[in-house]
Amino acid sequence: MGTSEIIDQCTALFEDLSFGAARRWKAAGPDRRVIGYMPVYVPEEIIHAAGMMPVGIVGGGDQLEVIHGDAYYQSYICRIPRSTIELGITKRLDFLDGMLFPSICDVIRNLSGMWKMLYPDTYVRYFDVPQNYVDDIGGDYYCQELNELREGLEKLGGKQITDEAINESITVYNKRRSLVREVYEFRSQTPWRAPAVEVYLLMRAGLVIPVEEHIAMMRDYLNAAEAEDRPMRDNCRVVINGSFCEQPPLNLIKSIEMAGCYIVDDDYMLANRWLLEDVDDGGDPIRNLADAFLHHSADTAAKYCTKKEEVGMFLLESVKKTKAEGVIFAAPSFCDPALLERPMLADRMTEHNIPHISFKYAENSGQMQPIREQAGTFADSIKLWS
Amino acid sequence: MNTNEKPEIVKESSMLRQKEMIANNYDLLTSTRENGKKVAATFVPGNLNELIMSFGMLNNLPEINAIGNGMRKKSGMMIMDAERRGHSEDVCTYVKADIGQMSKGNMAPNGKPMPAPDLLLLSYTGCFTFMKWFELLRHEYGCETAMLHVPYTGDGVITDNMRDYVVKQLKEEVIPKMERISGVKFDIDRLRENLRRSAEAEDNLVWVLESAKHVRSPIDAYFGGVYYIGPIFSAFRGTQDAVDYYRILRGEIESRIDEGLGPITPEGDMPEEKYRLVVEGPPNWTNFREFWKMFYDDGAVVVASTYTKVGGVYDLGFRHDPERPLESLAEYCLGCYTNRNLPNRVEMLEQYVNDYQADGLLINSIKSCNSFSAGQLLMMQEVEKRTGKPAAFIETDLVDPRYFSAANVKNRLESYFQMIDQKRSAQAA
Repeated sequence: MGTSEIIDQCTALFEDLSFGAARRWKAAGPDRRVIGYMPVYVPEEIIHAAGMMPVGIVGGGDQLEVIHGDAYYQSYICRIPRSTIELGITKRLDFLDGMLFPSICDVIRNLSGMWKMLYPDTYVRYFDVPQNYVDDIGGDYYCQELNELREGLEKLGGKQITDEAINESITVYNKRRSLVREVYEFRSQTPWRAPAVEVYLLMRAGLVIPVEEHIAMMRDYLNAAEAEDRPMRDNCRVVINGSFCEQPPLNLIKSIEMAGCYIVDDDYMLANRWLLEDVDDGGDPIRNLADAFLHHSADTAAKYCTKKEEVGMFLLESVKKTKAEGVIFAAPSFCDPALLERPMLADRMTEHNIPHISFKYAENSGQMQPIREQAGTFADSIKLWS
Repeated sequence: MNTNEKPEIVKESSMLRQKEMIANNYDLLTSTRENGKKVAATFVPGNLNELIMSFGMLNNLPEINAIGNGMRKKSGMMIMDAERRGHSEDVCTYVKADIGQMSKGNMAPNGKPMPAPDLLLLSYTGCFTFMKWFELLRHEYGCETAMLHVPYTGDGVITDNMRDYVVKQLKEEVIPKMERISGVKFDIDRLRENLRRSAEAEDNLVWVLESAKHVRSPIDAYFGGVYYIGPIFSAFRGTQDAVDYYRILRGEIESRIDEGLGPITPEGDMPEEKYRLVVEGPPNWTNFREFWKMFYDDGAVVVASTYTKVGGVYDLGFRHDPERPLESLAEYCLGCYTNRNLPNRVEMLEQYVNDYQADGLLINSIKSCNSFSAGQLLMMQEVEKRTGKPAAFIETDLVDPRYFSAANVKNRLESYFQMIDQKRSAQAA
């Protein structure tokens, strides 16, 4: 199978706002249950170990006309909650048996309460994560949160979730983490052979299909991409930052690349890459998942940075590792975490002479010309002056 | 005799007392070089004033400074200044007013410069923005930060895990850091004494807020309410000043009830009570007087509000408890209004509308504050459905004057009052 066929499959999954793949998975067995989750991270291993399927819900994108959702939100609130409500009200999410709202911002946090009121028969949980990264403080708290999630899913599924089952799921997810790293590494090395939009769609597919299928899909993609010869363009190399929750329209990602920027790292689908290393799959799985979260997880604006000197270092590291020549801060309008953090990240980049630009988008942004012009000028300036 | 002359408004003792307390506090804050006191910058919701005081430290509250600048019409320029320095127009205007204030010399209301904090005590309670706000302040000041992560009560209950987590952070991280920075050893008895005074003041505050259950209410629990919560939500919880203030205030309100008086407004006693409202959301500060006038001119009294619970929900029974000092501080933080889940907030509003015999619910939705605002439209529908009372929605901002449109707000309020009238007429018929 070539890359185009794989990406066609991913595109079909991306465009399917009824989540057909997850519905089919659920329909294949009488006791199957599906748990939705919002950005940025939930421990999918526990859901998987319960015999359930985790499904990432990241809004409706630019394909969904929001009619009902706007009645729930003021104009100054970002778009992802309103399109998620739209998905709910139009029964596109009626196959979900549960919905998790991770700690990311006040809007998603409050959406958890709205979901409780709108869907009282669904298992709804606000999934809190520690902002204290000390093992016996934040770690203990988080272990108990994980256990409460585990108990909630046990009740929903009517069966115990054993340590062994979670460890087996961790092994599966380690395979996925490893392949995600490989895909990103491959793109970073040879971005012309793995265009940003393809990598995006490949990663996005992982949110809505069973993890085992995603693993196979990524293997196939890597094999196909390595075998294909694609022309290298005279593009500069950039890292995208700030897009970890509400997703940009596909055209925006395409526009950045068409404007002369190879995206060599991004924070689009952090759910797949939140844990940076393999998780220990022996011993106490809850403690191991907590340990991975506390000490080996991605940095994003949804997390507290304990020291001033560490602010922006994760991004700086990514720039250095991928040999990027610049950073594009692309955040959704009204995204508190990304927009509040941006001045600090920008200062860190300036301190290290890394060029950067910033713009805002919404998941349904339609006008790409200004983005293309801004990114194009940025690329030219890097090529000419850096 | 010139009948257009406005009568002189006689300030009540509690008002004068509060003014004096605030002035003294700013004098203390701006003389730290002379008095050697250490300063902890912290937030209103989840503030640990009793603990801060137990180390002999002073607290400085960026939100209160932003509110002050908003009321003095200074925040607009500060916000634009911060935006010119790269802060997004989309984010919280408290943050930008605070950062803008720094660039303008960080002056206190007494005209003297504010001290740089010795400690940023980040109590992350009920608002995500707080976390990044303090990272931004640390970015500017470069001083130490103590983080107290207060989990959100997503299922509407405080679990043992949440309480234990907060207590552990206090014991193992916050208190040792405060000891080091203040040079004062932690004294739990001193903390207990402060907490005992807090509880005493809280009893009287609750009495005052609940006095609005009288039909005719002796207070306005939103516009007047923000003055009543001032001491307890800011630098004075746990002080004898606060105990005295709330005792005086209670006495004054008792007298108002005896005399059959309504709330005091900036233009004197409110002559009549035509509408009794519950209000959700913070007030607008840049046009506070103008905003309030739109209510009292039409005889609208706010009998209960959620904003007066943002720095602590006391009317549902919580009191700081000297017998369980750290647990009690943890429960205080966990129970603040915006740390409660939406179903909980809806229940509170429903209870207020019923218990205070309100004519309806008004939501003042704040552009800056997603913690309050996200979900308010559903809350409004739900409260309307449960109480059968009409609700209305207005939009303003905290301290950004660009988002206060007096004509729009007034139009909406007038329509709302008409709606209440129609509902009454229909019921009478």
